[in-house]
Amino acid sequence: MTDSVLYSVLLLVSLGVIAAVVLYFVSKKFYVYENPLIGEVDELLPGANCAGCGSPGCRSFAEKLVNTEDISNLFCPVGGNDVMKLVAAKLGKEVAEKDPTVAVLRCQGSCDVRPKTTEFQGPRTCAISAMIYSGETDCQYGCLGDGDCVKVCKFDAMYMDETTGLPVIITDKCTSCGACVEECPRDIIEMRPRNKKDLKVFVGCLNEDKGGIAKKSCAVACIGCSKCLDICPKEAVTIVNNLAYIDPAYCTLCRKCVDVCPTHSIIETNFPPKKVKKVEEKVAVEKKEKVAVIKETIVEPVNEKTDA
Amino acid sequence: MSQPIIISASPHVHSERTSKKIMYDVVIALIPAFLVSLYVFGINAFIVTAVAVISCLAFEYLIQKYLLKTEITIGDGSALITGILLAFNLPSGLPIWMIIVGSLVAIGIAKLSFGGLGFNIFNPALVGRVFLLVSFPVQMTMWPTAVENNLSMADGVTGATTLGMIKEGLMFGETMTEIATKIPSTIDLFLGITGGSIGEMSAIALLIGGIYLLVRKVISWHIPVTMLVTMAVITGIFWVINPEQYANPLIHILSGGALLGAFFMATDLVTSPMTKKGMVIFAVGIGVITVVIRLFGAYPEGVSFAILIMNAFVPLINTYFKPRRFGANIKSKIV
Amino acid sequence: MLKTFPKGGIHPPENKLTSSKNIKRLAVPKMVNVPIAQHIGIPAEIIVEVKEKVKIGQVIAKSGGFVSSNIHSPVAGTVTKLDKIIDTSAYKKQCIVIRTDVKDESNFEEKEYPLKQEIELSSKEILQRINEFGIVGLGGATFPSHVKLNVKEGVKIDCLLINGVECEPYLTADHRLMLEKSEEIIVGIEILMKALNINKAIIGIENNKKDAIDLFKKATKNNSKIQVAALQVKYPQGGEKQLVKALLKREVPKNGLPLDVGVIVHNVGTIFAIYEAVQYDKPLIERVVTVTGKKIENASNFWVKIGTPISDLIAEVGGMPEGTRKIVNGGPMMGKAIKNTDVPVTKGTSGILVIAEDEASRGEPKNCIRCGECVYVCPMGLEPHLLMNLSEKGLFERASNEDIMTCIECGSCSYVCPSDRPLLDYIRFGKNIVKKLQTSKN
Repeated sequence: MTDSVLYSVLLLVSLGVIAAVVLYFVSKKFYVYENPLIGEVDELLPGANCAGCGSPGCRSFAEKLVNTEDISNLFCPVGGNDVMKLVAAKLGKEVAEKDPTVAVLRCQGSCDVRPKTTEFQGPRTCAISAMIYSGETDCQYGCLGDGDCVKVCKFDAMYMDETTGLPVIITDKCTSCGACVEECPRDIIEMRPRNKKDLKVFVGCLNEDKGGIAKKSCAVACIGCSKCLDICPKEAVTIVNNLAYIDPAYCTLCRKCVDVCPTHSIIETNFPPKKVKKVEEKVAVEKKEKVAVIKETIVEPVNEKTDA
Repeated sequence: MSQPIIISASPHVHSERTSKKIMYDVVIALIPAFLVSLYVFGINAFIVTAVAVISCLAFEYLIQKYLLKTEITIGDGSALITGILLAFNLPSGLPIWMIIVGSLVAIGIAKLSFGGLGFNIFNPALVGRVFLLVSFPVQMTMWPTAVENNLSMADGVTGATTLGMIKEGLMFGETMTEIATKIPSTIDLFLGITGGSIGEMSAIALLIGGIYLLVRKVISWHIPVTMLVTMAVITGIFWVINPEQYANPLIHILSGGALLGAFFMATDLVTSPMTKKGMVIFAVGIGVITVVIRLFGAYPEGVSFAILIMNAFVPLINTYFKPRRFGANIKSKIV
Repeated sequence: MLKTFPKGGIHPPENKLTSSKNIKRLAVPKMVNVPIAQHIGIPAEIIVEVKEKVKIGQVIAKSGGFVSSNIHSPVAGTVTKLDKIIDTSAYKKQCIVIRTDVKDESNFEEKEYPLKQEIELSSKEILQRINEFGIVGLGGATFPSHVKLNVKEGVKIDCLLINGVECEPYLTADHRLMLEKSEEIIVGIEILMKALNINKAIIGIENNKKDAIDLFKKATKNNSKIQVAALQVKYPQGGEKQLVKALLKREVPKNGLPLDVGVIVHNVGTIFAIYEAVQYDKPLIERVVTVTGKKIENASNFWVKIGTPISDLIAEVGGMPEGTRKIVNGGPMMGKAIKNTDVPVTKGTSGILVIAEDEASRGEPKNCIRCGECVYVCPMGLEPHLLMNLSEKGLFERASNEDIMTCIECGSCSYVCPSDRPLLDYIRFGKNIVKKLQTSKN
């Protein structure tokens, strides 16, 4: 009896010792040197593994950062300038500073302004829809509404609005990783600079059809009328193929174009509510304080909620 | 036009066959066997079947509604079939609570925990049956005889199936000639005048059902034919070598769950291979394992174990036995 | 036992409602919209300007490369605009819009084309003409014919196969053409045989067109070079690879072409177009279109000018029936559902099918029950259920290894699936991605 206990204990102990020795030598023999910097840089990165930088994950991006001489064209969109500065300090390399960006949806074709003319039956993904047909509406440029962008967003920064049939970007949560931009088969989502207070002015339409046709398929389509082009003081607007585009590099957010757009296809976000001029001028001074109050109360929920 | 035009990718027509229709075809095919069991076992057969069917449907509904919170699919007929097949594999006198436990295992563990219809690896009814067999071996091998039905076999069998009697007889050193006087005749086996699980006795009824399934193209001949032929060949070899120690192939095929298994359990669409080649291999495996269990194992019957074991190999079979690709390994004549 | 291909295939209800209807000539439309991308390959380049007057048969868009084709004006008239118009892909594509000149008599005169049997042109000239006159495969794939016929030196072709199968349900355009133009088609076959310098041709016709089989058998009685073969009715027998296998028992290698086994396959419609181009200098500006549907009053076959809006055809057969839910350009198995009836007839339009509510809707997809039905019916020996799964999960590398690219998109898998799963939709999607990955790799 004692013998069998002894034997089994001995057997297991010797097995353990042999295994430990083997493992020790194997780990020595096959040791792979890795720059300890990689681990340290990896610590600095956000760890979201969103692939927004172009590398498959944060670890491989860290490797790239450590192993590349010039990292000025590498950028972590999620961490932004803060993280990149830390990385630069750690590695002693130069990094480029980029303005923070945020995703915007360049389509306002909700169910009520862009009527459905056909019914699609098949798998509900944008990728397949875009391949098989041009959408349930007559607009072949706008949002398909099957929510592929929502599915790829790793930060819960998007959701589908049931009533409009369009995705909504929660700006506060958006890390500008670019996954949705990549996924959208129609290139509707664009990365635009996150200005102060998240103010943005952009054309919420991609319809390249001629005015009449565009307008027929969608009430808020850009009809290429070039009114915005004429009024823009900074030449930020270009019109190609009956479609206006506002270049964020030149736009000063003066919002003149928003007012002249006949189809309301230019979107402004997070601006304080507009003063109705005639009334405001008369009582401007008196109301200043009040306006400020309104600003606060109204701006914030808008800020929290969404744009687009 | 009142409604918008539909856009969809081709094809724009669809065959009349639906999975629901396939399921109900299987149910129809099981009716003859059920009628025979009613005739042999009377009201008990009905009670067991009804309890199994109702509890399977109820468990599917309850689990899907309250546990998984998914779409409820009791209308597709698959739970109905699981219930019937489970009942067909049970002795007619089983306590009702055991049937309910079996149904819970079949639907809850074997089917829904894998993801529901189409995702289960093992045949749910068989999992339920085997679970009961290993948990309650006494009750699961108490085969009530058809005494109340005053049939020809009324005086004969008490609590053992044909295969059970053979196994027992051989264990006590009897020869097949001696055993043959105790077991039902081949014709009785064929007609179903014998003891056993509710649905497995009547060869003729199962054959009618199986042929119906073949005609309706719900199943193909590959699995049942290969499985039965394999069993016949192997048992035949042993029988030829020593007819006093081994029962003849006909008894093996007609008794126990061989026919029910071959036509209804092994051919279960979800848990059988996709290609004809794979089906043949699958069925050969079932045949071999069944015979090995029957001849050398502790249990008199092995069809359910054999099918479950081969079910586990189906993904592997599907991976390695693919249909031949059109034009594969053909060389161009252009140099 | 009649010949057929051995693996897979399905038997959808034939519904050939119009097989006894003569091909009528549709009135010249007031306006034609001629797309510049009617064929597989590079779109043609527009060479006319707005307000330019064009004659019938004049080249209005020039072949944009080797795999491309000329496009000719189907009517005499004035180019009113170069616009983007919705085509069968449901996207707006570049079109040339021509208003028919009602005063120009060439639009309305019915030219007689008596049978002309002597082939005057040389082999080279024939091929040249096929190229110039915009002939593309009229079976539906619209592959430019001159590319198919451009056999490199050293490649031995021993047999020409003529595809008169028309395995798509409902469609009867090829069937009627074979009945009405059998003599011309035989001359067309001889033209091609001369061009390719081969001595053997087989016409494959499915057995549901017995009248056409008899007619061709009679017509080729004294012609030892041309054989007529009756085939079992089975979809997709009109697929090139399936037809070669059925008629010659030769199997086209994976990712290969019929050329790889010394065969060229052409559709009867293409043969007739070649006949007209070679013997009468007539470019491809019209084709036979079957307009059909269970609710259509006067379903029939028509000679239609390329570019005619489909609404004209629908009007001709008695208007759009009540409760129409789907309009298909082509047959029910491979045709495309179109968005509206402004879509023009192109070289690839073999039929217009109007489907009512009861047949138009697809069933809700349910769980795959792994019945393997899709595997049995796949004529290419693929596993559609697996390919769909891989595409759905984004495992395109594996899908490519499972030969997703050899799928001919016949739709048999989706047709039989008892769970109404959109197998082909996902396979198409997977093919698209795999193709992109392959081109980006190269």
